[in-house]
Amino acid sequence: MKLKHALLGAAAALALSPAAWAGRGEDGEVRIIYWQAPSILNPFLSGGTKDVESASMIIEPLARYDEKGNLTPWLVEEIPTVANGGVSADLTSITWKIRPGILWSDGTPFTSADVKFTYEYCTDPEGGCAQLTKFEGVKSVETPDDLTVVVTFEGPTPNPYGPFVGGESPIIQKAQFENCMGAKAPECTEANFGPIGTGPFKVVEFKPNDVIIMEANENYRDPDKPAFARVVFKGGGDATAAGRAVMETGEFDYAWNLQLAPDVIAEMQKGGKGTPIAGFGPLVERLMLNNTNPDPALGPDMRSVSVIENGVQKNPHPFLRDPAVYKAMSLAIDRPLLVEIGYGQAGKVTCNWVPAPDLYNSDTFTCDKQDIEGAKKLLDEAGIVDTDGDGIREKDGVPLKILYQTSTNAVRQDFQALIKQWWSEIGIETELRNINASVFFGGDPGSPDTFQKFYADVEMYANTFNGTDPQAYLGNGLCDKAPTPATQWQGENISRFCDPEYDALYEKLTKTADIEERGRIGRALNDMAVERGMMIPLVHRGRLSAHSNTLGGVVLNVWDSELWNVADWYRIK
Amino acid sequence: MSENKAAPTGDSPALPRPPRSQWRDVWDQFKKHRGALIGALIFLSILLGVFLGPLIYPQDARLVPTGRDFIRLRDMRPIYVLLWDSGAKVDWAHPLGTDNIGRDLLARMMLGGQVSIAVGLAAMALSVVLGTAIGVLAGFFRRLDGPLMRLTDLFLALPLLPLLLVAVLLFREPLKAAFGVEGGIFVLIVTLVGLTSWMQTARIVRGDVLALKEREFVLAARSIGTPPRRMIPRHILPNVLSPIMVSATLGIASAIITESALSFLGFGFPPDFPTWGRLLNDAVDRMQLFPERVIWPGLAISLTVLSVNYIGDGLRDALDPRIRGR
Amino acid sequence: MLNYTIRRLFMAVPTLIFISIVIFLLLELAPGDPMAQVPLTVPAEVKQKMREALGLGEPAPIRYWKWLTQIFWVEPLHLFDSLFGTNFSDGYQRAISWQTRSPIFDIIAQRIPQTLWVVGVAYVVAIVIAIPVGVYSAYRQYSLFDNVGTFVTMIGFSVPPFFSGVLVIVIFSVWLGWFPSIYDTTLRVTDWDSFLAQLRQMVMPVMVLALQITSQISRFMRASMLDNLNLDYVRTARAKGVSEPTVILVHVLRNSMIPVATVIALGIPSIFGGAIITEQVFKVNGIGQLLIGSIEANDLPMVQTLTFIFAVLIVLFNLIADIIYGILDPRIRYE
Repeated sequence: MKLKHALLGAAAALALSPAAWAGRGEDGEVRIIYWQAPSILNPFLSGGTKDVESASMIIEPLARYDEKGNLTPWLVEEIPTVANGGVSADLTSITWKIRPGILWSDGTPFTSADVKFTYEYCTDPEGGCAQLTKFEGVKSVETPDDLTVVVTFEGPTPNPYGPFVGGESPIIQKAQFENCMGAKAPECTEANFGPIGTGPFKVVEFKPNDVIIMEANENYRDPDKPAFARVVFKGGGDATAAGRAVMETGEFDYAWNLQLAPDVIAEMQKGGKGTPIAGFGPLVERLMLNNTNPDPALGPDMRSVSVIENGVQKNPHPFLRDPAVYKAMSLAIDRPLLVEIGYGQAGKVTCNWVPAPDLYNSDTFTCDKQDIEGAKKLLDEAGIVDTDGDGIREKDGVPLKILYQTSTNAVRQDFQALIKQWWSEIGIETELRNINASVFFGGDPGSPDTFQKFYADVEMYANTFNGTDPQAYLGNGLCDKAPTPATQWQGENISRFCDPEYDALYEKLTKTADIEERGRIGRALNDMAVERGMMIPLVHRGRLSAHSNTLGGVVLNVWDSELWNVADWYRIK
Repeated sequence: MSENKAAPTGDSPALPRPPRSQWRDVWDQFKKHRGALIGALIFLSILLGVFLGPLIYPQDARLVPTGRDFIRLRDMRPIYVLLWDSGAKVDWAHPLGTDNIGRDLLARMMLGGQVSIAVGLAAMALSVVLGTAIGVLAGFFRRLDGPLMRLTDLFLALPLLPLLLVAVLLFREPLKAAFGVEGGIFVLIVTLVGLTSWMQTARIVRGDVLALKEREFVLAARSIGTPPRRMIPRHILPNVLSPIMVSATLGIASAIITESALSFLGFGFPPDFPTWGRLLNDAVDRMQLFPERVIWPGLAISLTVLSVNYIGDGLRDALDPRIRGR
Repeated sequence: MLNYTIRRLFMAVPTLIFISIVIFLLLELAPGDPMAQVPLTVPAEVKQKMREALGLGEPAPIRYWKWLTQIFWVEPLHLFDSLFGTNFSDGYQRAISWQTRSPIFDIIAQRIPQTLWVVGVAYVVAIVIAIPVGVYSAYRQYSLFDNVGTFVTMIGFSVPPFFSGVLVIVIFSVWLGWFPSIYDTTLRVTDWDSFLAQLRQMVMPVMVLALQITSQISRFMRASMLDNLNLDYVRTARAKGVSEPTVILVHVLRNSMIPVATVIALGIPSIFGGAIITEQVFKVNGIGQLLIGSIEANDLPMVQTLTFIFAVLIVLFNLIADIIYGILDPRIRYE
């Protein structure tokens, strides 16, 4: 078995040399399976990962992030920077130079007008564009000539690489979408299901929520690519079935996002037909601590609602605001074990909210050792002891009873059972709940079970950010981002964390351009959030996908679409 | 009119008391039915196992081992694996092995069985009673037929999942307040499963009643002025018993499975609370490595359903005077 | 009978309107958000704008009315147009799914072939097996055949498809490699080879589904036959010297069909409804998967339309069942 793997590895290495593929379309068919099926191929109308990634084989942005998170020119000559004059010195504009000679798959030339149109399409007030944040702060997009695009921002923008960068912000063709602006967007089914693009493939047939058939784009800029003539992109089922189809039966070549326990993956790998690959972005599985009181007796206007007066929380949680409590809860958790049980090679222990990129990864905390005794001591010293002999500690007469909720997912339920046990050993009683993901992550203000409403003490889920700049993500800790009835329970500050110092430091981050200084502030914000009880980070999660042993050229990229380099994929013969 | 004696409600003061009690006859016939006896025995032992088993079996179904024990106790195989694999990781303290976080499988089967059997029987009973009542009323009384059958159509057409979401939204908190966490969820699940599964029984019973109503013995009974409240229990119900029995046995299986689906969706019991359906569901991913984790819960559900089926068969035969006479 | 049928058909219209209102209100009440699958990285304001673009800002009665007109007016017009090349429906907005932003009926049309292939065939197979099995089990009650049949059907019914489906995949796809584990909806049957490919990919889902349906129907068939076998008319027929096959297959079978006809009539609408779990396990992506996917994505227009079509079929087939009762047993009369 080992020998076979070594041989395959050697074959793969040999095949990596460019001579390995002879020309466009010579490797036949490649079969990709996503267990969430794409519903539409226009990422501006959906925003779902499955839709963005499937569309990324067809439509492309001006620049992308590579597998290390570095910006890479895609449809442009080079990445504009202050140094090469592409970004203005006052950081208010950025100038992109389009590579000449790029054609749409219908044979017409790709011009700056298409880029400007994409901006107009997404910012149409009636369109409901899912990628609107990419264009936040953009004042105008100008096109001095066919190959030049100038994006002007309303103010100095330290990170001007939002618009037209990354898989979420691809360019669509003006000619195709011209009559689909705003309210008319849903009427253009044909365009939404078969966008004309500059990417290596074009759509032949699209069955929403089922399958996409694509074939090589004959106008693709590299005459030798893609190596595959046809793509079958199947959706549906579950992660287990997708993993099995690649690694055990060999029916498919690539399976996306296999969120499965490591022993399940290892068993599939024994099938010998495929290999799992992992990559790490900033995705963190965490326990969010409710900073407000979720007591049902408080009524709908107060329960889990943040009420700030003079910078002080008027509706605090009865015990979770106490550093002794949340630090003890964190100490009682055996993170390496969680990683081993739940994620294996696709997980790492983390104590941080922002574990990547490296610049923002703080090294203030260590948390890779479980310390039940230390946790007990912490609580004892804070005077939180069991006063009535029922085995549960009380703080000021309130027993430490926690309702711990999360979405339904085998790994998460295992985590819940383990953590409940550990907390019971330090005198905290836990009640568990699991909620169907479509309800939990759905933002319906009428539902008591959404993660925004947070009618519980602790909840577990994972979150991340796009690209490599965490500014907007760190903004999720601001006082005024807390979900309340007044905002229809919309808002990103799920913990209702509120700290004037944090808000002030964040303000400083938005005005800082120097990259080292940004890193320092970012780390400080991360430390503040963890130290002051916004969350207990658990696992830095990677993306785990699998590819067939005969599929070459796969480079897992967590900073952009996973299918970013599908043009380079080929069949190992 | 031999159908008279088939009435399941034994007290019939109008009849002259037979030399032997009717229930004695029924029991004698039931005893003769080998399948029914075996079924009853199996069912009783399952009941004893899940309800009394935890009293003598020392392991805690919800305990997750910690520290060094964790690695030692997780993924333990059942002891019978020793028969063909002497190197297997087994422990006599855990005869059926443990799951991937070290919880004892046998203890989980017992605790899970309590809930699954209770939910299965209660929900089945609710659904069968509702279905029979609506079916008989609709079939017997022409005036009620239209409205009741349109109600059945409505229930058949309602999408289950949104219905459950709404019911949970409206009733979970009040029921939790009234019956406690697990009690409230039990009531909720039983009611939900019962209320969403009676329609087929109702349609079947109604169809049979429509035909029965025109049979000679019913006409005869009617012609001597038997009022509906006597007619239904004495002449109608006994003759629709067999499809009801079939609905009941099938109903237990669907209730146990539906419960697991509800828990999976997050409307059921807390995630660390095992039920047979959930054990089966959780184990499917590791079916090849740990077949015991699917076989035992699967077997438990099947055995329960099979034994209830045979009991039902025996009961039906015992209650049918035409067979009993033979 | 004809009178009764016509009256029931007229009654069906208000019934269906009422059902559609109940469904609409139910979906309104149910917690859910069409933005549930949009990643957490998309901020709340953007999600709010997306919801408004879907028309969620309008009051419920207006949305209901819109849906009603689209289903009963625009869609029939559109169908007429596409059949006769006219363009009456120009300028009208067709009923659009939120998830895909495309016309609901186009998607349903895409899904029907695989649902009919898999669920429809499973139903036919199940009926063809179940009725003889049920009849013979009853005729030879407690024989070996009957006991084996009982055992298999009961296990077949109590093992849920999320387990039996994966089990057959592991056996037939992973170990033996006979059948594909993933259904190919783009396969078109044009020649013998593609027909064989279609058969191969249908075998496993049909097997899993048919086992469940067979179990159910054969149990009802057996029970109902048993009830009738002991009745006086059977004895009379036998006494008159009618041959045994005629007694069983003509007299008893006909009189035993009422519950079975009910079960089958209730089952036919569910062919259209698809099989949620089995479709999911084998990636058949038919109507069942469409419904569950739409419910999870809270695609209300799609859920509403699918459920409504389902309701129409239920009302229709229950009427058909009532008519069949009259044929099976002429004594049953509806005034």
